[in-house]
Amino acid sequence: MMSANDRQTALRLYLAVGCGAAVGSLARFLCGYVIVSLLGLSALLATAFVNVVGSWVIMFFATMTRPDGRLMVGPAGRQLVTGGFCGGLTTFSAMSLDTFILLLGGDLGLATTYLVSVVVLSLASAWLGYAVAIRISR
Amino acid sequence: MTFAACALVLIGGFLGGISRFFLSGLVGRSVGETFPWGTLAVNVSGALAIGAFAGAARSVGGVFSAELVRDLIVVGLFGGYTTVSSFCLQTLNLALDGERRLAAFNIVASAALCVLAVALGFLAVVRVAG
Repeated sequence: MMSANDRQTALRLYLAVGCGAAVGSLARFLCGYVIVSLLGLSALLATAFVNVVGSWVIMFFATMTRPDGRLMVGPAGRQLVTGGFCGGLTTFSAMSLDTFILLLGGDLGLATTYLVSVVVLSLASAWLGYAVAIRISR
Repeated sequence: MTFAACALVLIGGFLGGISRFFLSGLVGRSVGETFPWGTLAVNVSGALAIGAFAGAARSVGGVFSAELVRDLIVVGLFGGYTTVSSFCLQTLNLALDGERRLAAFNIVASAALCVLAVALGFLAVVRVAG
């Protein structure tokens, strides 16, 4: 059974994740608008962009706010940025759908290249966020 | 790009985010946190859902291919629900902890299962409704 205190803590975490994810999703939507509608570039690029940026931010922020990190942020503030904003900004579903649509069109080469490069670039970007945060924290 | 579209993305993103937090927490608490099964479950189920929705948009059309519905469900809800950032964070943490095999497994399993789930959702709906 949860105490009133536990319930309030859980509610704060849910609100933080929800609000962060709402803003992150809107940011992803606006990035798509700018990259696709204004710049006339591929929607594949828009999905790649938000995933790479969000992966950098989550690892940078999570490392900066570790117990030994430079920033002192509580659990709700941490979730607002990591599970919330970064989670909302990035999307695995759109990336998978893009890949499947390419496969459906018979473009096996582009589908594989796209999926592998977005995953690899996102991981590399996350690692870079980690490295920068470690460097700053020293 | 209208105010209504932005509002729908905000609402969908909010609901997607809390659903992810709920499911990944639930899975994490029940099977343990040594491997990020929670995020994997979120991403695979979100991929199944987006595939089914895309299948409905193609074979049923109507409400499923309306732009504002797409903004709410696909961009907001499914987009906010699934995540590449947590996937990267958890994969990198596995690698930094020396669990390279688990990190590699998470990458391959996430990518392969999500594309497979999209295909499954899409083809199932197209077959039933088309």
